[in-house]
Amino acid sequence: MNSLVIIEHKNNKMHRMSIEAIVGAQKIGGQITALVIGKDHEEVVNKLLNYEIEKTIVVNHDLVPAYNADGYKEIIKQVFDSVDPKFIIAGHTYQSRDFMPKISAALDVPLIADLIEVENDKYVKQVMNSKLNASITSNQDKAILTFQSASFSEENIKEGSNPLEKFEVTLEPSSIKSKAEDPFQESSSEVDLESAEFIVSVGRGIEKEENKSIAFDLAQLLGAEVSASRPVVDSGWLPSARQVGSSGSTVSPKLYFSLGVSGAIQHVVGMKGSKNILAINKDRDAPIFEISDYAVVGNVLEIIPKLIEKLKKSE
Amino acid sequence: MKIAVLVKQVVGSESALEISQDQKWIDNSNATFVINPPDNYAIEEAMLIKEKVGAGEVVIVSMGPQRVQKVIREGLSKGADRGIHIETESLNEIDPLYTSKVLAETLRDENFDLILSGLQSDDSGMGQTGVLLGELLNMSTATLAIETDIDQNKIRVKRELESGWFQWVELQFPASVSIQSGINQPRYPSLKGIMGAKKKEIKVIPAPQVEKRQSISEIFVPKKSKETEFIETDIDSTVERIIEILKTEVKVF
Repeated sequence: MNSLVIIEHKNNKMHRMSIEAIVGAQKIGGQITALVIGKDHEEVVNKLLNYEIEKTIVVNHDLVPAYNADGYKEIIKQVFDSVDPKFIIAGHTYQSRDFMPKISAALDVPLIADLIEVENDKYVKQVMNSKLNASITSNQDKAILTFQSASFSEENIKEGSNPLEKFEVTLEPSSIKSKAEDPFQESSSEVDLESAEFIVSVGRGIEKEENKSIAFDLAQLLGAEVSASRPVVDSGWLPSARQVGSSGSTVSPKLYFSLGVSGAIQHVVGMKGSKNILAINKDRDAPIFEISDYAVVGNVLEIIPKLIEKLKKSE
Repeated sequence: MKIAVLVKQVVGSESALEISQDQKWIDNSNATFVINPPDNYAIEEAMLIKEKVGAGEVVIVSMGPQRVQKVIREGLSKGADRGIHIETESLNEIDPLYTSKVLAETLRDENFDLILSGLQSDDSGMGQTGVLLGELLNMSTATLAIETDIDQNKIRVKRELESGWFQWVELQFPASVSIQSGINQPRYPSLKGIMGAKKKEIKVIPAPQVEKRQSISEIFVPKKSKETEFIETDIDSTVERIIEILKTEVKVF
């Protein structure tokens, strides 16, 4: 049942879903090896060394200083051959979507992606636009698994200690077929949704751009950040740094207060780990209510101004 | 420039979803089928690239039973040049490695310069076939393309990362690129296009035998994980209840 967990990191910070991936691996059991690739990972490694896993492996090769799909494939293949795990595991992120299929093809091991649950060699994922679930089995001994965000909670990580190991790989420059440039943001932003304790989220249900002010007014009263669904960002009402979902941020605040968000699966994967979800929507059948603790059926544009007025009075 | 677009036929979002008797897929007899919506962006991108390069061929490729020819025809009516239908008994497989090996064996001799695919399928949602196929055919690969920039020898792909970040990746041909939904505005077929599509070739190739790597043991309706309190009352009581939740249950204040 041994696992090799691929750690994703940026600016010396571990991706939340990599921690969740380790929690998933700990649930599966067996010896766990965490693999960190590239430069600038000191704090990532320090964090990993405090988890209850078998070991942490670092690969730092001049040809792969930052993420590159071809480089990752070559490195993970070589580590896989040495560690010989039953599972390769990662979060189902935009990065793992890019390189994991390459490893699946190279090793001829199935990639069972975007799982929400693992139970005794049965892997559960959502199908049919998340309306149904499928329990999947691998027809061979080994499998590559990626977990949907919030399928495991990072709070359940088992702590301990483990040794650090440097791992040498041999790479041919010709094996790196694609040339990746440095990542960039189109609009810089100070917003930090991932560490916000409370979030007020705006969906298409606010109807017009000027109505976003009620979200900001409410957020100010609650000490919350404002986030948005993809349609709101695509309409240009709010910048992409405020987007929650598979192409935006993944958040798990104490309160996720959503205003007119319908709850498409691409949005839900980014916020379903929130401790409390309070949603307002006109449509009683809105998918957001499926995962809400409190489902307010009504018109956001009537309820929120009244709520703001009351909160201001009681201040 | 010889471009293949991988297209899947899936159950429409408004279709009835009844679990089949063996509980391994849905009952197809009452289902309605459509082109997998993300694949429309891949078709459009292929057409735009062909128009920009000014020469070449766009080939729509789909796998499944006879009925998938409908989505191939849809691509042809938007201007693609010909179709390849890889015939299998059903489309109930949820095994991208199987699918990709079948595609690789069937398409290898076509020597495509570029293979485009949609982000993921609405039914199984694995999101990996384009990359798997590229890898099996020894092509360079990239995913989540939100912009492409092409010239004779290479394609530059702007990849969408998370949280508002992007990255340009340069690929040599042959390359397989999966397209992020929203990259372009997919065109509608013109009447002329629809008429013309009837005359275009769809080559039917039986799927070669390939071993399966994963399978579905059961399809089921998800259990609701939490209890939801519905608040459906007049506006004043609603606001009162929200304030109570914020104060005493979530303890925002």
